[in-house]
Amino acid sequence: MTQTPTHGHSHGHSHGHTPGQRSLIEKFLDENVLYLGPDPAIMGDHSVSTPTAREQAAVAVWKDKPEELNLIRNRLQTACNESFDMVEQMGAAPGAKWGDLISGIFSCQGDLSLSSAGGVLVFSVLAQHPVKFVLKYWKDDPTVGIREGDIFMHNDARYGNIHNTDQSLFIPVFDGGEIVCFVGAIVHEGENGACEPGGMPGGAESPYDEGLKMSPLKVGENFEFRRDLLIFLQNSVREPKLQLEGMKAKLHACLRVKQRVEDIIRAHSVEAFLATVRGTLTDTEMEVRRRLRTWPDGTARSVVFADSTLRENVLIKIRCEVTKRDDELIIDLRGSSPQFLNRANNTVLASMKGMLAQLFLMFVWPDLPRNQAVFAPIRVLTDPGSTLNCSPEAPNAQSMMTFFPAFTAVQLTIPKLLYSAGYKSTDIIACWYNMITTFVYGGINQHDEFVGNVCADLNGMGGAARATRDGEHSVAPIFASMADIGEQELIEEEVPMMKIVPHRVMVDNCGFGKYRGGHGYQQIATHKDTGAWGYMTNFIGSKFPSTYGIFGGYAPGCYPLCKVKGVNVFEVMKDDRALMRYTIEEIMNERPFPNARYSSHHGGLQFELGQPGELYMITQGGGGGYGDVLERDPADIVRDWRDGIVSRRVIETMYHVVMNYDTGAVDLEATQRARAEERKRRLARAVPFKEFAARWTQALPPAHLPYYGSWDDPTVLHLGAPARTCPADAIQAVMMPDPKDVEIERLQAELETLRARLA
Amino acid sequence: MSEPDRVAITEYLAIDLARETWHCRRCDAELGSARGPYKDALLVCERDPRDVHHPKIDPERYAFTFAPDPTWCRIIEYYCPQCATQIEVEYLPPGHPLTRDDLQLDIDSLKARHGEGRS
Repeated sequence: MTQTPTHGHSHGHSHGHTPGQRSLIEKFLDENVLYLGPDPAIMGDHSVSTPTAREQAAVAVWKDKPEELNLIRNRLQTACNESFDMVEQMGAAPGAKWGDLISGIFSCQGDLSLSSAGGVLVFSVLAQHPVKFVLKYWKDDPTVGIREGDIFMHNDARYGNIHNTDQSLFIPVFDGGEIVCFVGAIVHEGENGACEPGGMPGGAESPYDEGLKMSPLKVGENFEFRRDLLIFLQNSVREPKLQLEGMKAKLHACLRVKQRVEDIIRAHSVEAFLATVRGTLTDTEMEVRRRLRTWPDGTARSVVFADSTLRENVLIKIRCEVTKRDDELIIDLRGSSPQFLNRANNTVLASMKGMLAQLFLMFVWPDLPRNQAVFAPIRVLTDPGSTLNCSPEAPNAQSMMTFFPAFTAVQLTIPKLLYSAGYKSTDIIACWYNMITTFVYGGINQHDEFVGNVCADLNGMGGAARATRDGEHSVAPIFASMADIGEQELIEEEVPMMKIVPHRVMVDNCGFGKYRGGHGYQQIATHKDTGAWGYMTNFIGSKFPSTYGIFGGYAPGCYPLCKVKGVNVFEVMKDDRALMRYTIEEIMNERPFPNARYSSHHGGLQFELGQPGELYMITQGGGGGYGDVLERDPADIVRDWRDGIVSRRVIETMYHVVMNYDTGAVDLEATQRARAEERKRRLARAVPFKEFAARWTQALPPAHLPYYGSWDDPTVLHLGAPARTCPADAIQAVMMPDPKDVEIERLQAELETLRARLA
Repeated sequence: MSEPDRVAITEYLAIDLARETWHCRRCDAELGSARGPYKDALLVCERDPRDVHHPKIDPERYAFTFAPDPTWCRIIEYYCPQCATQIEVEYLPPGHPLTRDDLQLDIDSLKARHGEGRS
């Protein structure tokens, strides 16, 4: 593929022909479409569809009966929540068990109108694309069609999705021979046959390394899966049992929602149902616009830097400008980094829009229905071919590595516009920790099955500080509300991994501020009793923080992957339990295991087989801080000291609190004096803005930084070196060398230097 | 700070609608025209990120230490010139242009909104 493959043949071909000839040519072209790739008209549009005549008529008839429509809406919402619970209870995938899913009801045109209250709200805005594809291309296709009992599935993110590890399943609901809605479920299933196990290959160098690639596909009829297609799908992944089980769980959850919809239609009429589904979309969009009108008109700006492709450290700029005008919000991300054509960190634009919608659904207006209309009044501007709007040729399995930073860039700007808004339904909040810091695993488990998936404890991201209180520790992922982290004992029944330190909060692991961010936990993992077992990690922010504070609050720090190799801790501790340490800090600094190799790395680990008893150690990040550290209540410092989550160094050099560390008593007068002294030091070390800017600002990125994206001019993008640039409207995709080749080249040069010296 | 023309915009910034000026909400210092960037009136300094985010593991032994790499990342702190309250913090690569106009409000619209609100 060289360009977006679509149905689009040029109507210009018919120039000069008579209407009759034109019609013949059109017919020929329509019947001989080479390939139905992702449709830009579907993928680029997140607005709510224009209502059908039947929907309009239904809304007109029922507009004076809001109580009944509200009752129907609540019954439908309950049905969505019920099916969510069903998938969570029945699903075999860790993602399903711990809430990485949603289930919902789509309008007859494919717009997601209602979805489960919990789970991955990102899907709220990007689940509709495959449904719309099916309606546009398969409904009237004689070889496919849409009939009662049909089951459709899809997973390729280029047709709508977060990434290919998520699988959606949806079925049409008919009444009187007409489609009245679709019901669907979408779940992070995990293993999908990619080049690395577990479904999220950080090592993917092309879309064809990303495993299963279902375009919207009819996989069943008469409410049963077609056995031949089922076997094909199972045959394409490393966990055939999981594939079957995931499909069955989603199907039966959809059938339950279908049953509830049919009950409602029987009880209230199909028009009442149509009016509710359509009305929910219309009402939601109207309410968002009403709320936006209470925000001040203006523009807020931020810049954010992702520090890795997961294969190598680079600086990837995300430039963000958010403008609120009347009842519309415009998110301008132009000037951000170009796409990396052989790295997995690019995002399809629709996937990023889903993530940005999550910001509003979870952190700004959590009281609104979870549907795509929440995002309808928001426009997103990007440079085509950038890493935030990548082409179909670019892999996107780790799209989170750029759309999470994009989320953070927007999250940094929103408080500046929301603080003085006339209507708020949440507290003002700093930036939530934004990385999936967990282990992806693969190998032979204790039941002699090949498995590959992700540990759900990525859901314990540290919460951000708020305008009125500290962030909560390890509370929820950035991409889902009400998700769980899993039970370690249950996990150990299925896989041979052991978390010898499963979830331990780390000292000073948060953004400092008047209110501090919540802490994340450290995890120390190993394995035993397996023929082969390996690990992957997928997080950025090991050199440059990925998450930030607001209004003078600080970011949390950086997070490396640490390893202890060349040792079997089970063997060496068999007779000497005292060797064990329970924090990464102690293990890495004290090096208790003799002859072991200790190392730290950036957070992009491609699948690596480990030996039994070797240690892999990571830390879930903390939330950003809120406000000036010097305004933090000393009583909060004492509480944190007693909880063992703040160090003496930070108390004394950041918060400037004077206290008795044994009794926890604060010397308030001494604290006041210490803080007054620090304010004096601030005034002494700082200079006026213009003077500072003149000294600080450079015309180009420093030569030592592999910098990607705009510097001062958003229309010019840098490509890894100060002198290498391209226009933002004609982006040159970046191809990165294999890090191993880079290392070999470095070692060869070193060898030649040494040989020359010896000669 | 209770004057009717003073509108709280962020944790530390207010706008005086009558005078069209930014103000510090802690000490009331005037921070320039509300139609321009408030940061122009602030004091600024650069910090080594390791001062704030101390390495947790030995930097002599390890490449990645839990602290930001100071050759990749610097912390820029913005203070009120009168009371030294830390109003903003930015994390930037060395020499990267500062986000000078991080908040640019439509003052006419703001005045109209608050004028309407009082009437």
